Amino acid sequence: MKYVGAPLKRKEDPRLITGQGAYVDDITLPGTLFCALLRSPHGHARLTGIRTEQASRHPGVVAVLTGRDIAGKMGTMPCGWNLPGLKKPPHPVLAVDRVRLVGDRVAAVIAEDRYIARDALDLIEVDYEPLPAVVDAEKAFAPGAPQVHEEAPENTAFVWGFPGHGVEEAFAKADRVVRLRLVNHRVIPTAMEPRGVLAQFKPAAGELTVWSSTQVPHLVRALLGMVLGFPEHKLRVIAPEVGGAFGSKLYLYPEEVLVAHLAMLLHRPVKWIEERRENYQVTTHGRDRVDYIEVAVKEDGTILGLKCKCIGNLGAYLSTFAPAIPSVFFGIMLSGAYRIPAIACEVRGVFTNTGMVDAYRGAGRPEACYVLERTVDRIAMELGLDPAEVRRRNYIPAEAYPYTSATGVTYDSANHRPALEKALRLVGYEALRKEQAELRKNGRLLGIGLSSYVEVCGVGPSKGLAAAGGGGGGWEMGTVRVHASGKVTVLTGCSPHGQGNETSYAQIVADGLAVSPEDVEVLHGDTHIVPFGTGTFGSRSAAVGGTAVHLSVEKVREKARAIAAHLLGAPPEKVAWDGSRFVVQGEPGRAKTLQEVAGAAHLATPLPPEIEPGLEATTVFDPSNFTWPFGTHVAVVEVDPETGKVQFERYVAVDDCGNVINPLLVDGQVHGGIAQGIGQALYEAAVYDEHGQLLTGSLMDYTVPKADDLPSFETDRTVTPSPVNPLGVKGVGEAGTIAATPAVVNAVLDALSPLGIRELDMPLTTEKIWRAIQAAKAGGKGAQEGRR
Amino acid sequence: MKVPIALTVNGRRREDAVEPRLLLVHYLRDVLGLTGTKIGCDTSQCGACTILLDGLSVKSCTLLAVQADGAELTTIEGLQRNGRLHPVQEAFWELHALQCGYCTPGMILQAVQLLKERPNPTEAEIRHGLEGNLCRCTGYHNIVRAVQRAAAAGR
Repeated sequence: MKYVGAPLKRKEDPRLITGQGAYVDDITLPGTLFCALLRSPHGHARLTGIRTEQASRHPGVVAVLTGRDIAGKMGTMPCGWNLPGLKKPPHPVLAVDRVRLVGDRVAAVIAEDRYIARDALDLIEVDYEPLPAVVDAEKAFAPGAPQVHEEAPENTAFVWGFPGHGVEEAFAKADRVVRLRLVNHRVIPTAMEPRGVLAQFKPAAGELTVWSSTQVPHLVRALLGMVLGFPEHKLRVIAPEVGGAFGSKLYLYPEEVLVAHLAMLLHRPVKWIEERRENYQVTTHGRDRVDYIEVAVKEDGTILGLKCKCIGNLGAYLSTFAPAIPSVFFGIMLSGAYRIPAIACEVRGVFTNTGMVDAYRGAGRPEACYVLERTVDRIAMELGLDPAEVRRRNYIPAEAYPYTSATGVTYDSANHRPALEKALRLVGYEALRKEQAELRKNGRLLGIGLSSYVEVCGVGPSKGLAAAGGGGGGWEMGTVRVHASGKVTVLTGCSPHGQGNETSYAQIVADGLAVSPEDVEVLHGDTHIVPFGTGTFGSRSAAVGGTAVHLSVEKVREKARAIAAHLLGAPPEKVAWDGSRFVVQGEPGRAKTLQEVAGAAHLATPLPPEIEPGLEATTVFDPSNFTWPFGTHVAVVEVDPETGKVQFERYVAVDDCGNVINPLLVDGQVHGGIAQGIGQALYEAAVYDEHGQLLTGSLMDYTVPKADDLPSFETDRTVTPSPVNPLGVKGVGEAGTIAATPAVVNAVLDALSPLGIRELDMPLTTEKIWRAIQAAKAGGKGAQEGRR
Repeated sequence: MKVPIALTVNGRRREDAVEPRLLLVHYLRDVLGLTGTKIGCDTSQCGACTILLDGLSVKSCTLLAVQADGAELTTIEGLQRNGRLHPVQEAFWELHALQCGYCTPGMILQAVQLLKERPNPTEAEIRHGLEGNLCRCTGYHNIVRAVQRAAAAGR
């Protein structure tokens, strides 16, 4: 192997560093109209009147549409995940008689340019009758709470869970029961490119093309066709360059439906580009849940059982995969890296007058990891044990793999202990603990936080997804096409938006066909070029999409071997691929390169009669299981006792994502993941007031970490190949985010522990920590008074 | 009422009549077709629209096109010299300092400006100097390395 495993520079970059990457807003078609949306300023209100005449008459305005204009002409927004008893209240593309969140879509203006469209929004008059709103998930199902949807009594969309086996027995045997209430607050994904949609309809051909900033063009094609009643084979969805997503572009959004509808209605291209303000209001948010945890432990720190009762905030409407995130993808992960014999989980998903919540980098796994890693540290604290030692005592042992957890899932492979020991060695754990003790004598607050995670990646086996309510469709498609010249085109159903698949797939192909990565072009993101696909999410690009490409490489090579044998006049069984050529066994002089074979395959001469011309193969790979990466991160911080400011001393990450295709890309994914995990731990929070007004509605108020808010990261790896796919890869897109949040919170709480502060809810802002320190100094009640 | 402006963009003289309220970033993108300059927020926080104006880095969403009258502008499209990448572009590619690429044009131009002011910056100075440009993909780790690399290349 020559390229797989090498830190190859990205093929994507030359266009991106020169300004030639074309994102949706960079694409302009002649005659394009611009769409702007009037959005609700109220969290909850009745819509009693809309007057659009003045806006319609404004020079340059082509059309103004309200919910009544489009009602009946299209379906409502779909939810793609089913849980038993799930309530799915209708989610109209434009609101008709009620708005349920700030930013809810009230009217659309279509004009000759974006300035005119924005001007005309101000000319629409709307009568709202404000209604009481509910924003807090725990208050949403209390008696008398304002109802978001009549169809969902107590604002409850679902109650999901599993009672577990032997849970009560485990608690009966416990030396101690440790209890925590953890708030995993709401954060905003903040892809740097806001969403955008451009649609063009060609009436004579009956063809509709939609450019969208999405992670899942094929899913958008399917759902959009369904909502519009438009034939899927005439619908083309293109995800051009996409400027980040982190889960927030994984769904069908009302704007995609609306803009496509407008292009058909007006017979002109229509573009809508999201403003950051809109992005914060209506593009999905992440997390937002409260977890009540009880854990049964022995005096030595061994965990006997875990009970988790949770409330997840879904926002005002169900986003495409919303039901799955707080329930399934949280619940199945509650064993983490640990052998926990008995686990019970109950999750209530509730509607509130807030932005929709769905997958955000990690999607359920960071929440489960936070529960476990905070709990393990609490166990260590209550029992007076070292947190590293409590982890060692509870890890699933290597020999137990493949391991079926008490939550019913089977981990493919792992070895937790070496990852932990490597991380501890890199950070100099024992020396740090000594240093910490010394510094404490002088009132200095050094904190060391650990986090051992398990991730579920390579989403996923269609059967597994279907069983969990997802309807299936976890496969990925990969085509490898060798041109007559020997150059290679790859088609993938994955739709990258920063991950670098054009490079990593080229590496797979380059090794498999003995070509240069320069000669491999990876195409993606266009449903007319890539016939079918699932998309890029759930750390699946390498494990599922990469495997599909790899298997197609093998098929191509097998066909090429048969042609080579024919060209060489040797029986096929005597011809083998030696890594660079097809060689007749025992006669190294008699050989054909792939390029020579490709020429013959396309000219169809000389070709054996039983072989079709051309040299191309397609594989649809549906994995037998998810993949399960793991690792340990260590955060070392010092808290300034005067100001409460957290200063990073070190951040060490040891991740195991199986075999590595490109270490440059793997490290990049880990860096970005850690940054988002730290963001939630220390800085970021979406805040609503009691009326459902988003107080952190722009980058002025929502703290995306800046360069000087973050440290440099020290990354390393262990390698435990996955048996689920022939590449042995697992995926790494979300690991950093999952591990970092609890590592950092554990570090800060460790730093503050000499002051008697036991618990603080995220984000651990300087002000919150300062208040907790002041409260602790004042009366030793720091934990309670400092919490909010 | 349109207002005449004359300016130099990436070494080329431009004369246009623009609406007084037209943002510079929209002038560059929609009028000149220089779409390498991105828009990531409405409030001048993200820095995706950073360009160089008369030798200073500015956020082109915060200026009106008419304010650039008479100015000399460099956008990401104008950073290469004779078809060769600028050392900062080279370093960003070499060290994987970009993922989705959306913040990259602004980030690169800000890094160019930073190195002009401080040819040998410390890590803290680099992080401080990039404060006005947000990246959500890289955690800034490799961006900082790339700026260090470009600084070394410039020595």
